[in-house]
Amino acid sequence: MIATLQETQGIQQASSGAVVASLEGVSKNYGEVRALRNVNFTVGAGQVVALLGPNGAGKTTAVKLLLGLIQPNFGKTRVFGGDPTNPQNRMRTGAMLQVGKVPETLRVREHIDLFSSYYLKPLPLEEVLAAAGLEKLRERKFGDLSGGQRQRTLFALAICGNPDLLFLDEPTVGLDVEARRALWEEIRRLVERGKTVLLTTHYLEEADALADRIAVINQGEIIAEGTPAEIKSQTSGKRIRCITKLSVAALLQIPGVSSAKQDREAVEIHAAEAEPVLRILLMRDPSLSGLEIASAGLEEAFLALTQDNGQNGNH
Amino acid sequence: MSTAAAALSNTQLDRSIRHTVTIYLKEAKYEFLKSLRLRVYTLSVISFPLMFYVLFGLVLNAKEMIGATGVPTYLIATYGTFGVMGASLFGTASGLAADRGLGWLQVKRASPMPPFAYFTAKVFLSMIFSAIVVSLLLVLGISFGGVRLPLAEMAKLLGTLVAGSLPFSAMGLAIGYFAGPNSAPAAINLIYLPLSFCSGLWVPYMFLPKLVRQIALALPPYHLSQLALGIVGAGRHEPAATHWEVLLAFTLICLGVARIGFQRDQGKLYG
Repeated sequence: MIATLQETQGIQQASSGAVVASLEGVSKNYGEVRALRNVNFTVGAGQVVALLGPNGAGKTTAVKLLLGLIQPNFGKTRVFGGDPTNPQNRMRTGAMLQVGKVPETLRVREHIDLFSSYYLKPLPLEEVLAAAGLEKLRERKFGDLSGGQRQRTLFALAICGNPDLLFLDEPTVGLDVEARRALWEEIRRLVERGKTVLLTTHYLEEADALADRIAVINQGEIIAEGTPAEIKSQTSGKRIRCITKLSVAALLQIPGVSSAKQDREAVEIHAAEAEPVLRILLMRDPSLSGLEIASAGLEEAFLALTQDNGQNGNH
Repeated sequence: MSTAAAALSNTQLDRSIRHTVTIYLKEAKYEFLKSLRLRVYTLSVISFPLMFYVLFGLVLNAKEMIGATGVPTYLIATYGTFGVMGASLFGTASGLAADRGLGWLQVKRASPMPPFAYFTAKVFLSMIFSAIVVSLLLVLGISFGGVRLPLAEMAKLLGTLVAGSLPFSAMGLAIGYFAGPNSAPAAINLIYLPLSFCSGLWVPYMFLPKLVRQIALALPPYHLSQLALGIVGAGRHEPAATHWEVLLAFTLICLGVARIGFQRDQGKLYG
């Protein structure tokens, strides 16, 4: 305990780049289910790190471990150099979790007032309301809010204590496009003020738009980690989609094509470079139509990564 | 936290006592507002004991006597106990079970809320609603049942019953830790209603079947109701200390069970 506190103080004095939160060789089982397997993961000060993965990959488990809400079966969890359950660490963290039911008869303003009171230097109510886009809803009871408004209220509760470290578990679930972008802006503003953010998402676009670093997680294991550019480069190339008479077997014969598969009426082709493949395609099938070309984005990278590792791809 | 750690702790991250008190008060205030606006809670917790009292104490048996005590006075003590039990069990167990089962308690636990503030608020709520129920019973009895009690006795009756909220709040916390969010209200009723009957809260103790009378001696609501009846001169002349001891022991057992649930939720055992 004493060592923990000394380390806490050491971290506080450390410059940016210090590790703020980490999982070290962490495994977590729920009975027979292995939610996390030997996960190593760090979040540096001032970074936005995204944990990206499909539902059930272990993202929420990782967040709960770092919040000290559950304990690992193996390995160590550390926040600000100490135990996540340390009350003083909680003073410096804010969390937005997925909740089934929030007390519905309290007003937005009242919820924020209560959570702000837990912290030493909370933000002024007006600032919290503005940041979460809730100015007009302050007197509304939680039960009368829409899904997106409820998410924004939970976000407000996460930031109201002006914490140094924010955990956002699927923050934009249920938000429309406009509200999602507004929340992204707000997260960027927090990072500008020196905050550290760990967010989980299964929206690839979200991780790409916000994160300095992405850790791709699937079936309890981190299968790739790096900047968004690095993750994307792991499966470079282009995706070509078109309607053609050529068979999949014939397409695979074309030099440069790495994969081809039938997708409803069209075929989807992956190739390192699009142009040489296209020349051959158009030459061999003059009736080719519905042509689309896209970079293999994060989505492709993500699918490729998760399919390589999991045995159960979708065919 | 150990004293060594407390001494070492960074003052910048420590709350003042005043701040801590403010948190406890706010938690209690919002717990109260939350429940007051929840009609299911206010209606069932307040109106059931009052309805029973009006029916059996004011409409049907108002002129009858039980020993030397008028029925309207006698039933304030027993329906008061009934009301206190309901306010306390529903005030703690159903909220706790829902908060636990549906994730809200995790959000609170992830925040720097002092964990004890959450429980204190629920117990406070139970006591406030207990006081409301007992006061309304007294008002009804005095206005329509010809109940005449010295002010000191009324205060003692109110104080005793409100203090009697504690064992049932403890029981509610224990239930809340082991019942699911949807099954909690059913679980409470399953315990609350038979317990009330067997303790002589609906039918006065002496009119209960012999077997039930023997069971009653082991039930906490029986002991609280005897304390209340003792104040209005209708007790069974058992020593009051025995009743308090039983209630205290029951409280401690329930708190022990609740603690096991609390630690299970924390995912570890301290010690």
